[in-house]
Amino acid sequence: MKIIVCLKQVPESQDVRLDPATHNLQREGVKSIINPFDLYALEEGLRVREQQGGEVIVLSMGPPQAEAALREALSYGADQAFLLSDRAFAGADTWATAFTLAAAVRRLGGADLIFCGKQAIDGDTAQVGPEMAAFLDIPHVAWARKLVFVRPELLQVERLLDHGYDRVEVQLPALITIVKEINEPRLPSFKAKLRAKSATIPVYGLADLSLGEEQVGFKGSFTRVVKVFPPPPRGQREILAGTATEMAATLWSRLQQLQRR
Amino acid sequence: TEAGSSEVYRPHGGIWIFAEQRGGRMAPVSLELLGEARRLAARMQVPVAAVLFGHQVQELTAGLIAGGADKVYLVDHPRLADFVEEPYAAALTALARREQPEIILAGATYLGRAFIPRVAALLDTGLTADCTAFDLETETNLLLQTRPAFGGNIMATILTPRSYPQMATVRPRVMKKLALQSDREGTVIPVRLEELEQPFRSRFLETVSEITEAIPLGEAEVIVAGGRGLQDGKNFQLLEELADLLGGAVGATRAAVDAGWISYQHQIGQTGKTVAPRLYFACGISGAAQHLVGMQSSDFIVAINSDPQAPIFQIADIGLVGDMFEIIPALIQQIKASR
Ligand SMILES: Cc1cc2nc3c(=O)[nH]c(=O)nc-3n(C[C@H](O)[C@H](O)[C@H](O)COP(=O)(O)OP(=O)(O)OC[C@H]3O[C@@H](n4cnc5c(N)ncnc54)[C@H](O)[C@@H]3O)c2cc1C
Ligand SMILES: Cc1cc2nc3c(=O)[nH]c(=O)nc-3n(C[C@H](O)[C@H](O)[C@H](O)COP(=O)(O)OP(=O)(O)OC[C@H]3O[C@@H](n4cnc5c(N)ncnc54)[C@H](O)[C@@H]3O)c2cc1C
Repeated sequence: MKIIVCLKQVPESQDVRLDPATHNLQREGVKSIINPFDLYALEEGLRVREQQGGEVIVLSMGPPQAEAALREALSYGADQAFLLSDRAFAGADTWATAFTLAAAVRRLGGADLIFCGKQAIDGDTAQVGPEMAAFLDIPHVAWARKLVFVRPELLQVERLLDHGYDRVEVQLPALITIVKEINEPRLPSFKAKLRAKSATIPVYGLADLSLGEEQVGFKGSFTRVVKVFPPPPRGQREILAGTATEMAATLWSRLQQLQRR
Repeated sequence: TEAGSSEVYRPHGGIWIFAEQRGGRMAPVSLELLGEARRLAARMQVPVAAVLFGHQVQELTAGLIAGGADKVYLVDHPRLADFVEEPYAAALTALARREQPEIILAGATYLGRAFIPRVAALLDTGLTADCTAFDLETETNLLLQTRPAFGGNIMATILTPRSYPQMATVRPRVMKKLALQSDREGTVIPVRLEELEQPFRSRFLETVSEITEAIPLGEAEVIVAGGRGLQDGKNFQLLEELADLLGGAVGATRAAVDAGWISYQHQIGQTGKTVAPRLYFACGISGAAQHLVGMQSSDFIVAINSDPQAPIFQIADIGLVGDMFEIIPALIQQIKASR
């Protein structure tokens, strides 16, 4: 079974600052990590490999330093890693990101299973996985918390929706997005860590994926961020003091005022 | 791309909202979308249509018209009885290609966010996630879509300037629904889609477990959330009592969930749910960044914590410094006495 796990490198903290002059995101000095949800996707990939045999390939699109995220993924036990990096990929929205990732999956000869995290903690869209599935013309199931193989090419997925959990069945090849309840990610192993250190991570650019400049990055994107601004400040903070009963009484009268507004 | 349609897309179909229903019950966000669509439609001078998928859901069409739809496209098909990404995406894509709306709005629910991106990819157009405000650009009349990112730490306004339809998912409980008007006129258009007759590679099997809470977290106007300060799972009863009095639901931090005091369904934060109720009570919650990202867009935040230095007070509208086991019972008494 060939399993591809998509990993995004994200800033460790979501507490981003905006440059007061340019209103650009200030990302300097912020440590980068593997998107936390993607660790569950990776763990699930490793578990499927252990159960079904095969290999786990990790794939990331990002600047050259995203290599660190892939190397870390290798230290958890992934077999191979590929970085998609090219100036032309910069500024991609989810459409262009998914389109590029899908092209890379094709370049790698396809996959039986593709795992994505639930969503990235910076962009927060949860769109890349389902869009990739569309480009690859394979089915997808979002928000999976449990996978059970009926046969090697038929998977039952228990998935989260607003009302609870449903079970759906999907034929492979398929793309699944993973929620954190699905497993408990392992720690990197010493052996894999050593291997990861010296592993070569091929970098694919535009030409390697046979894509045109107008299909990727900023040019290939259908959305444009026209403005970035801080959220409106919260109202007057008020700290109450006094006995529990006094505070409760003040609180309740404030809440009743609020209700009448 | 091979996924794209070959025909030219000429937007003329007005504004569409995806009317989400389950088991014959309309999701509240559907009416909120209609309210917002009507406000935009008035400025754009275009009609509003609701797209309703399901099986034997005809009776829901009246509510959509009363809620603001000029047209309801009713796609009634056994394949759409329960939600599965592939057939839902195929149906909405086919209908949009046929009718060519300018805008498609859907709820940013688990269901909406599971399949709408697939539709956007198939239609070769942009999609803005989890929007909280819309406006129209003056010269172009294009949709200005505002959304929080980075866990609510920044807001971004996004345009889809060169493709149609302009698509967005919309955070529940943000847009205002209209007062239902049962004498509003509207047309129901039953639709047959050949695209639903093809074999699909995924299918619904069964519902495994229902969330049993009376009010799902995502829909609750009031959330009473507890953290490690509760000290014991049975103390959630206190929060339940307060939530019941206020018609709300109970939420929790990861610390409380990890301690086994309450199920993951209730977890709010980076690795749990994102909520934005009108009123949020944080009880015995320190206010870790990973919790805040899941609740900081709530309209009004009350924090009860014995530690005056707790970071939760930084984002609270009202902070009560003290022992929640004294304050909450006192509050419950107050509420009961005032009714
Ligand atoms: C403030 C702001 C707002 C934005 N809003 C939108 C918007 O509304 N619509 C839009 O189309 N774009 C938007 N973007 C752009 C978007 O963030 C990028 O396209 C980003 O590369 C992918 O989206 P995401 O972070 O939301 O990922 P998600 O779709 O949330 O990621 C889901 C999963 O896809 C996989 N994945 C995502 N990105 C990569 C990658 N680079 N490499 C490997 N795997 C990956 C991972 O498994 C991840 O867990 C926005 C960007 C900013 C800065
Ligand atoms: C990758 C990652 C993802 C995470 N995702 C989430 C997430 O989704 N959601 C989440 O919530 N957390 C998440 N966390 C965990 C988060 O970092 C915090 O550990 C957690 O939110 C703390 O929960 P808490 O506030 O209940 O507990 P604590 O931080 O222990 O706070 C307990 C508070 O209770 C107060 N208290 C104690 N007794 C009383 C009393 N009698 N009366 C009043 N107050 C009292 C204390 O003063 C203290 O402030 C995540 C962490 C990581 C690393």
